[in-house]
Amino acid sequence: MSDVRIVSAGDAMLVAEFDDRIDPSVNARVVALASTLRDHPPRGVRDVVPTFRSVAVYFDPLVTDVEQLTARLTAEPEVQPAAAAAAARSPVDIPVCYASEFAPDLDDVARFAGISSGEVAAIHRASDYRVYMLGFVPGFAYLGLVDARIAAPRRSEPRVTVPAGSVAIAGRQTGIYPRQTPGGWNIVGRTPVPMIAMDHDPPTRLQPGETVRFRAITRAEFDVLASAMAT
Amino acid sequence: MNAQLEVIAPGLLTTVQDLGRWGYQSSGVPVAGPMDPFAHRSANALAGNPRVAATLEVTLVGPAVRFCDARTFAVTGAAFELFLDDEPVPCDRPVKARPGAVLRFGARGSGARAYLAVAGGIAVPPVLGSRATHLATAMGGLNGRVLRRGDHLPLGVVQGAPPANHVMVRTPRQQDPSPVIRVLPGPQAERFASDTLAVLTSAPYDVTVNSNRMAFRLKGPALQHLSSADIISDATPVGALQVPASGQPLLLMADRQTTGGYAKLATVITADIGIAGQAAPGDVLIFRVCDRAEALTALMARERPLLALESGAT
Repeated sequence: MSDVRIVSAGDAMLVAEFDDRIDPSVNARVVALASTLRDHPPRGVRDVVPTFRSVAVYFDPLVTDVEQLTARLTAEPEVQPAAAAAAARSPVDIPVCYASEFAPDLDDVARFAGISSGEVAAIHRASDYRVYMLGFVPGFAYLGLVDARIAAPRRSEPRVTVPAGSVAIAGRQTGIYPRQTPGGWNIVGRTPVPMIAMDHDPPTRLQPGETVRFRAITRAEFDVLASAMAT
Repeated sequence: MNAQLEVIAPGLLTTVQDLGRWGYQSSGVPVAGPMDPFAHRSANALAGNPRVAATLEVTLVGPAVRFCDARTFAVTGAAFELFLDDEPVPCDRPVKARPGAVLRFGARGSGARAYLAVAGGIAVPPVLGSRATHLATAMGGLNGRVLRRGDHLPLGVVQGAPPANHVMVRTPRQQDPSPVIRVLPGPQAERFASDTLAVLTSAPYDVTVNSNRMAFRLKGPALQHLSSADIISDATPVGALQVPASGQPLLLMADRQTTGGYAKLATVITADIGIAGQAAPGDVLIFRVCDRAEALTALMARERPLLALESGAT
């Protein structure tokens, strides 16, 4: 399986690119390669960034041998079926309150889908989601794939502030805003679980390749969990 | 009370920076760090600090600071008039401050960003292994923000002495005042029309007012995608020329996000990042395409005097 393409991005980064699509099998190769690079970093490597379909490797051009690094990226590790299965066996549980006060766009998504807002929430939490990558802001995990029935496109006007913990949909992707930021995704709920903690290593709740399962909680349960998490 | 630096006047945009928050981009944590890493490193070396010490990055209008104990300091990068207790002192060399002395930045010459290194380094608490300030996420530095009047910055323990026989280190901008910036094609050059690199190098690009530590929004000849500007989001290195559908490129800088969804035509070589980092709104950048061999030769030429200076700082 060496249809991997090695691309230069300046003199201090190489990118190993797999198939140009968002797909669990492509992303599994990304996660496997990033993991082996982190466990056995080549000389001079400063950072490894797995994304949907590529692995970027930042290096010191005075230290790293580019040809050796290219060979290393081309000699892709086998995706471990056992490890993949283990991840699938233990999804990360994320409680979500779909109450309307936390879900300003749930009605819009329901209109898009031609179903009730309750059905949107039920469909949203019925799937297990793969963590494809983290990006945009610290701790923001891109999750997929959302059921096509509720895959409403991004809002035409992004919001200036989206509250921390907001769970949102954009096309076939769903995600959780770790902190209050601007954002253009459709907000359908909120989780009390913190997605990032700077005193943890790694600092994020979710890692690429993991599986997420959303679980509905009531407004009262949200408050209890939010208080518990804060202490 | 521990040693401190008191901010009497904050300047326009002064932040604590070190070499950056590396190793957490897979969590979406941006790198940050100095816009001109060469100037940052030479400031540290001149102050007798290790390379990893934190400095203050000064932007366009400099601060005034008071030393609470005797400290050596050095200012490099953009050329500023400097006054220590109202007496002129030079940039680009170590200077000793008495307890209570006030360092005031005056008029600016060439360059946009200067680095003030104080012996012992700025000792704010590290976040994920780095003291670098990332403004958009309010991470690192002094509470994740620019300095304000009345701030007190903790200083570290002095570890070394300034280099005994320091040669004047000239920053890239001083070595070569022409704003030519070399790029390597890619990572997505094939998503543009075949003459697009020629278009990029055909005329200067203006650094517009909507430019900051995240990115410079440039204005110049439009860069044409073959089909769409959008790609499946991938990593965004410093110096990448990211081109949205408008065709007007963004030059990604120190505070860039870790990933992005627009095609990237070319990437500035490591040796020339500091030249770009010294640009301010109203300046122009002229791009030239080079190859990897030239990029490496240029980097070694930049590093040689800097490494000599760093090894002289004990």
